[in-house]
Amino acid sequence: MHPAKSLIFFTTISGAGFGLIFCLTLLALNDPFLISPAFTIAGGIAVLLASAGLFSSLLHLGNPQRAWRALSQWKSSWLSREGVLAVFTLGCFVLWLGLIIFSRIFVPWLGLVAAVGAGATIFATAMIYTQLRPVPRWHTWLTPLCYLGFGLSSGAVIMTVLMPDAGLSRLVLVALVLAWLFKLVWWLRADKTSRGGGKSSIKTATGLTDYAEVKLFERPHMTKNYLMKEMVFVVGRKHARRLRQISLIIGGILPVALLGLSTDVQQASTLLIALAGAAHLCGLCLERWLFFAEAEHAVGFYYGQN
Amino acid sequence: MTQLPQHTSKKLGLVIDLDICVGCHACAVNCKEWNTSGYGAALSDQDAFGAEPSGSWLNRIHSFEAIPFDDITHEPKPEDARIVHFPKSCLHCEDAPCVTVCPTGASYKRAEDGIVLVNEDNCIGCGLCAWACAYGAREMDEAAGVMKKCTLCVDRIYNEHLEEVDRVPACVRTCPANARHFGDLSDPTSEVSQMVADRGGFDLMPEQMNKPVNKYLPPRPKTSYSAAQQTPETDLVKMAEQQKPKGFLGWLDNALESLG
Repeated sequence: MHPAKSLIFFTTISGAGFGLIFCLTLLALNDPFLISPAFTIAGGIAVLLASAGLFSSLLHLGNPQRAWRALSQWKSSWLSREGVLAVFTLGCFVLWLGLIIFSRIFVPWLGLVAAVGAGATIFATAMIYTQLRPVPRWHTWLTPLCYLGFGLSSGAVIMTVLMPDAGLSRLVLVALVLAWLFKLVWWLRADKTSRGGGKSSIKTATGLTDYAEVKLFERPHMTKNYLMKEMVFVVGRKHARRLRQISLIIGGILPVALLGLSTDVQQASTLLIALAGAAHLCGLCLERWLFFAEAEHAVGFYYGQN
Repeated sequence: MTQLPQHTSKKLGLVIDLDICVGCHACAVNCKEWNTSGYGAALSDQDAFGAEPSGSWLNRIHSFEAIPFDDITHEPKPEDARIVHFPKSCLHCEDAPCVTVCPTGASYKRAEDGIVLVNEDNCIGCGLCAWACAYGAREMDEAAGVMKKCTLCVDRIYNEHLEEVDRVPACVRTCPANARHFGDLSDPTSEVSQMVADRGGFDLMPEQMNKPVNKYLPPRPKTSYSAAQQTPETDLVKMAEQQKPKGFLGWLDNALESLG
């Protein structure tokens, strides 16, 4: 699939934003005394990240001025559900944080609703891709697990960067390791999953199932079309393995090492944690690029991709 | 509404005969011609006269090479390879995933006849419906930023300003080989349903669970190369020698032979 920059940015940044909302609300529910100026700044950044991600998702639309219509079909569409949940969660979180900052009122249940909403939003983002039967590499419950894992890890890492004194490094380490474990299992499965998911093939695509061999003889036209640009994307596959390793090193091993180091080195810890956060987000962008670039769509059977 | 109707009173669709399609692309050309000036935004082309032309088409013809098995040995017979021309347009699926993924309600399936359409005024051009379609039936129009797809020529089939013979989709009307047929596939007595029953019509990628309405008819088996070699009737010289001509040709034959 074509890895549109706006979608990579959207899924990574809004995932981090809602992950941060999840972490902040749960942290405050656990210990309201942690609510400090740094906490409110972190809250503001969470809203900024989540909104920036959602805004960037509008950039790949053919008619972004009609985007509000996407909130209407929540009964059937995961994309619509994602929009509704995102707006709802942001509303709850802003209200919850606003009440704390301006009225000094702490409403635990509203925080809990925002936390659950944040998780549900990330889950709905993942389901947009998971639901697609023609893309077998996405069509697995491991996809939402990865999105939730990375949402939590990136949110937790950013929280540690903004509130290094909260003593959360160990929790963040657990989130990081867990998220990358999900991703490693996802990659192992992806390697074993073909374009047709073991069911579809050029034979079922053409219905010529009784023949020994079926291959494309001539394309409908000689140049590229929308389908080929969007769904038969092949650029970068040749470096996929190396890019996976790079994303794991930058997004997983490096942040874990830096965070581990920061607990020992008192003086430089803020810088180390900041570096860990930056590395994790860069690694995630690469991971998300691969998520799209490595996905194979069944329509490729009609265009000579077997 | 992007929820699928529980039941459609008709299942209008196409039956495409892979045995007689000659791959002339006339259906695709007539489809483009009719639909660029009909329902919704025009079907735009990009770089039409340049080096990399592309554009939105609702119907495309792929050609495949198929190698059959030997009936007795079950080995592939490359000498019997054949070309199968394969026209592909929207299959108007009963469980159309392109409809349920739509976030705006622009994509819908009509309860009265099962046609899957896009209300272009509501389409945001997110492209998710095209991703959800295993068949590649939907294409984004790059000029209008909205999704285009086969409408089953909804502006022809009910159009009383047209003569009755023209009230079929443009691809069906134009096919010079009569390889495309239009009708109600929910009615077992309809011509198209009879055709599907007689010829063993099939679904494309049934494992994708979309329940396509359009059906394809398989190519009929051909005489194999080895069987053709052994058939004495195909040896025209031998046949001519065995048959004695009558009448004027018989007189001419005798006369020429008597000349030595």
